Amino acid sequence: MTAPVLIVEGLRKHFVAKKGFPKPRTIRVRAVEDISFTIHAGEAFGLVGESGCGKSTAARALLRLIEPDAGTVTWKGENVLTAKGAALKALRRRMQIVFQDPYSSLDPRQSIGSALMEPMHVHGLAEGQEARRRAGALLEEVGLPPAALDRFPHEFSGGQRQRIGIARALTVEPELIVADEPVSALDVSVQAQVLLLMQDLRKRRGLSFLFVSHDLSVVRWFCDRVAVMYLGRIVEEGPAGRVLANPMHPYAQMLRDASPVPDPARRGVLPRIIGEIPSAANPPPGCPFHPRCVHAMPQCSQVMPGWTLAAGDNQGGVACHLHG
Amino acid sequence: MSTTQELVAPPAPAGWKRALGKARSNPTTAVGVVICIIIMAAAILAPWVAPYDPADQDIFNRLQPPSAEFWLGTDQFGRDILSRLMWGGRISLTVSLGAIFAAAIIGGAIGLISGYIGGRFDLFVMQVMDVLLSFPSLILGLIVVALLGPELINLVVAIALTAIAPFARVARAPTMALKERAFVEAGRALGFSHTRVLFRHILPNIMSEVMVMGTLWLATAVRVEASLSFIGLGVKPPTATWGGMTRDGFENILDAPWLAVFPGLAILFLVLGLNMVGDGLRDATDPKLRNE
Repeated sequence: MTAPVLIVEGLRKHFVAKKGFPKPRTIRVRAVEDISFTIHAGEAFGLVGESGCGKSTAARALLRLIEPDAGTVTWKGENVLTAKGAALKALRRRMQIVFQDPYSSLDPRQSIGSALMEPMHVHGLAEGQEARRRAGALLEEVGLPPAALDRFPHEFSGGQRQRIGIARALTVEPELIVADEPVSALDVSVQAQVLLLMQDLRKRRGLSFLFVSHDLSVVRWFCDRVAVMYLGRIVEEGPAGRVLANPMHPYAQMLRDASPVPDPARRGVLPRIIGEIPSAANPPPGCPFHPRCVHAMPQCSQVMPGWTLAAGDNQGGVACHLHG
Repeated sequence: MSTTQELVAPPAPAGWKRALGKARSNPTTAVGVVICIIIMAAAILAPWVAPYDPADQDIFNRLQPPSAEFWLGTDQFGRDILSRLMWGGRISLTVSLGAIFAAAIIGGAIGLISGYIGGRFDLFVMQVMDVLLSFPSLILGLIVVALLGPELINLVVAIALTAIAPFARVARAPTMALKERAFVEAGRALGFSHTRVLFRHILPNIMSEVMVMGTLWLATAVRVEASLSFIGLGVKPPTATWGGMTRDGFENILDAPWLAVFPGLAILFLVLGLNMVGDGLRDATDPKLRNE
């Protein structure tokens, strides 16, 4: 196994809001409670979970687009969370993000060429004709004609904009791309094209990926390893094949069973999912999943389960009393 | 790729050009534009096209009614009303444009920065703006001119001060919406400074709102300038101002009504024209009306 590039330990982000009048109550939304994982060079690491489980917040917190409250993030031995000024700017070059919504990720008043050349200028990578040449080459790399340089975002479709977003992330020659639901706003046919493009870039440029998604089939296809998040915590982690095919955590099993199987013989046997994700402002005690878990035991509502390694080498682990 | 169905219909960017095109197709706006152009042309070209010197007294032609010789008549000193109106328009427009330009830059910057920083800072700044906003424009203008003296530059300061708060509000609201958009986050992730994000990415996107506001407030500025001149706090006589001419005309309102009526009409038409243009631009850039 190659050396780890990104190590995240105990990442936490709570959002605090004061609500109510005349007696304000403090509401603490525990979006990300305790997240730890490691991404190796050239690896695609998936982060899956329901809406609201904190996966996008975790992705933003490790890039410091929002400041995390606790934990450490280490990029090749450098502490990301304490970096300031020039050091932070240099780290930002290494890690880039591709957004979910291609319609808000590009400045509507900025031409594509300007959007691609601006990061090069800010980081002193290229200027003038050289920057323009590079921007054109990047557009070709993501499958768009260089003529697109002088056009504006509203002239492009969602899939094309997502390609432009990827090209913009590549302008600073990053080593890791955080893809936050990069295809969930796109048509299925376009999803496949964008995924193929990212897979291609990953191989050609040796990029690492943190792939945030709720779509298990996409994650299974794209990722080497995957972590399942529930209410701000990772409940299971391991190789994508093992976790998505034979999950150990009841929540991961539920997710697997809920995702459609392309097999007409199995039509209509999708199990009904019990309940909804609890509010992160008021998480249940003990294992966060116990109110919805079919295997819940008395201790589940009292004791937070520890981390148990799965059988076999590098098979990941799970946080569940059933296996502990 | 070009046949891809778009899942989410994106609101097309406002686009200054598009807004102008839309405004042009609206008859009210077109009339407003014509009125404004005529008045501005008359004011700008006054030194070359005005039939007489605005300060030239002609004692034999006092209080002449409108005629072929004096199109809009003469005042009690025999000065040509038309020439004085054209020269007075220069004062009105200079003061108003200067004041609104200054207010748009200062107020816009306050709103932009306050909205972007947010939190307690924003709360404090906006409350200061609310205090400014609670003074009627004329009262605030009166205080400033009374304190600083009736000079042209003080008029500009006075009117600018009354218009800063509305511009701050108008710039702040879209800034707060824009800072949540992914392209701002993308800029931060790419290592852009806050200044760069604010002035290179957010500012161009709020320009149309600020410009519409500017046109509408230009009318208010003209009105306030005329009011201050009317009560004697404008640019000092014998310099021609519309408000001052209206007041002077009041002394002879019964035997020579044209003295007060024509400058009054000039104020009315300029304010009306500017409001028509402003309304048209506002409608053209209003997202709720844009797709109709």
